[in-house]
Amino acid sequence: MIKTMSEFAASGEQPEVLYWVGCAGSFDARAQKVAKAFCQILDHVGIKYAVLGQEEKCTGDPARRAGNEFVFQMLAIQNIETLNNYNIKSIVTACPHCFNTLKNEYPALGGNYHVVHHSQYLQQLIESGQLKVEGGSFKGKKITYHDSCYLGRINGEYTAPRELIATLDADLTEMKRSKANGLCCGAGGAQMFKEDEAGDKRINTERAEEAVATGAQAIAANCPWCITMLTDGLKAMDKQESVMVYDISELILQNI
Amino acid sequence: MASIIFILLASAVFYFAFKAFYAVYQNINLGKPYEWKGQPKGRIKDLLLIALGRKKMFDRPLAAFMHLFIYVAFLLTQLELLEILIDGIFGTHRFLAPFLGSFYSFIIGLIEVLSLLAFVATLIFLSRRNLLKLPRFTKAELLGWPSTDANLILLGEILLIFGIFTMNGADHLLQRIDPAHYPQVHLPVSSILGPLLFHGLDTTTLEFLERWGWWQHVIVVFGFILYLPYSKHLHIFLAFPNVYFRDPRSRGEMENMPAIMNEVKSMFGIAVSDNVDTEEIPVFGAGDVTDLSWKNLLDAYTCTECGRCTSVCPANLTGKKLSPRKIMMDVRDRATELGSQIAKGTSTNNDEGKKAIISDGKNLFSYISREEIRACTSCNACVEACPVLINPLDIILQMRRYEVLTESQTAEAWTPMFTSLENQGCVWQVPQERDAWIHS
Repeated sequence: MIKTMSEFAASGEQPEVLYWVGCAGSFDARAQKVAKAFCQILDHVGIKYAVLGQEEKCTGDPARRAGNEFVFQMLAIQNIETLNNYNIKSIVTACPHCFNTLKNEYPALGGNYHVVHHSQYLQQLIESGQLKVEGGSFKGKKITYHDSCYLGRINGEYTAPRELIATLDADLTEMKRSKANGLCCGAGGAQMFKEDEAGDKRINTERAEEAVATGAQAIAANCPWCITMLTDGLKAMDKQESVMVYDISELILQNI
Repeated sequence: MASIIFILLASAVFYFAFKAFYAVYQNINLGKPYEWKGQPKGRIKDLLLIALGRKKMFDRPLAAFMHLFIYVAFLLTQLELLEILIDGIFGTHRFLAPFLGSFYSFIIGLIEVLSLLAFVATLIFLSRRNLLKLPRFTKAELLGWPSTDANLILLGEILLIFGIFTMNGADHLLQRIDPAHYPQVHLPVSSILGPLLFHGLDTTTLEFLERWGWWQHVIVVFGFILYLPYSKHLHIFLAFPNVYFRDPRSRGEMENMPAIMNEVKSMFGIAVSDNVDTEEIPVFGAGDVTDLSWKNLLDAYTCTECGRCTSVCPANLTGKKLSPRKIMMDVRDRATELGSQIAKGTSTNNDEGKKAIISDGKNLFSYISREEIRACTSCNACVEACPVLINPLDIILQMRRYEVLTESQTAEAWTPMFTSLENQGCVWQVPQERDAWIHS
């Protein structure tokens, strides 16, 4: 049961954590599945969480990185007003771009929250014993993990997602470029919303090829844009049937 | 006589070098103020580990060790250079030898061994550039002068090392002929090379060779000092301040723009706490080097064009025009161009606003195309790759801000994104409500 913040406020309750859904989770069909999977896990554990629903706006990351500070400030200031009005202290999000902006950029505008990425959140749930993962469905199968730039290189989180994959008993095979040297999927810096500039090939194809080269049957990702980019890259290689792209939360959900 | 020539030469070299280095300092100061303060302990640690210890170089071990030989040889040679200065001025020979005794032999011996290793490293570096043609050394932005610049320094290294071994080789033989003038110093490399090369030469020839080697050493060093401020090799000095003054912000944070924040806040009727002077409308983003911070310009002059950034840039790897190294080179070249115009009086620098009134009608966009800055994914791979903490991404993002906020232009596909963000608070134009997914 997904409740909004206004529903919580109406009943005079405060959730443990706010789940920041983001534009992708709210509107993109593929990312909606991830949002639902993550909510199912939260429900399974019995976490009292809320979403902002219609009161949530884009964090402004793509506008800021495309150079449009004005639009960024408009979105950020409205979001901070909403979050502060509800007295939000703790936020979890399944999008590393939202995560980065909420965590690193909102403080300068007056928005101070404890922000974690959902891979960190799930890892903490497992560590505290609240969430038990059976493993099994990926036992012995090859999985490769794609570091998103905004969780990995920019925010230094390389271990939590890998620890989650470790609970699946899968065979984690690293790509040639991983962790601090991970290759971007091509979507960051607002590239998601325009075509690549002229060049020899698309960035997502380059990364999808690298993932396929590991021989993995599945690519684990932690970002809705990476999932779109890698899926498109696999389609370009006609590999979309043999290699699947999952969000980490989906892999966990399959194993509880 | 030799002393007088030496003193005149050294004075001229230091005069012209000072002028040129001061010009670089002034060019860096064309940049805007920059908030770097805080984290003093972390800064010292980075200075020791990243700048002095070259920690990040070891991500690529072969290059790191080759570079280490040249680097340590260079650092230790400064001691020998000090002696050369003294000997040159007073006409002495190995002035420090009697004072330091066996320690002198140790130091000079170490320098000899390191010089030999540096020689090997230099040959490897030359072949990587000219024979193996490593991709990052043959990119478009390195064609012409930048390649020549790199090769010139490597050739200078070789001349320098030849000078040292000619001097020491002859010295080793002369120590046996004329011990009164040539103090006993054990030279581990030259005691083998000297007899091998100069065996059977008479005393006069040996004395001439010793002087020839000494002067070759001196002249290459003087040439290097004069050449440095015009070359990419400023990193040998600037790497240190560049690491020390590193950006205190986390990688994920773009610099806030209080003027715009306050404008938007008052638009929403929110009280603005910190009063920002709104009288003078600032330039938003960076259209020219005077809009960048002095740290951005220090970055540019620190860059030694190694190309690690470009070799990991996803845009460059897939054939786009963007090359983070080229961004740094362009910023430096533009700063140098503007600086020389100001020096000549064809452009003026208004001290108060640090805004140069530029008469040449050029700006950063005359060097860097829109296609380049629009190809960036902000992935930070270039930032991660730089051994001396240069940040090309910061400049790219400031130029994007200039495009949108000052020039009102942007990539075609970004305009509808801005519109939906403004109207619907979503990156796409969407028909349904934001919470529709909950009920679907």
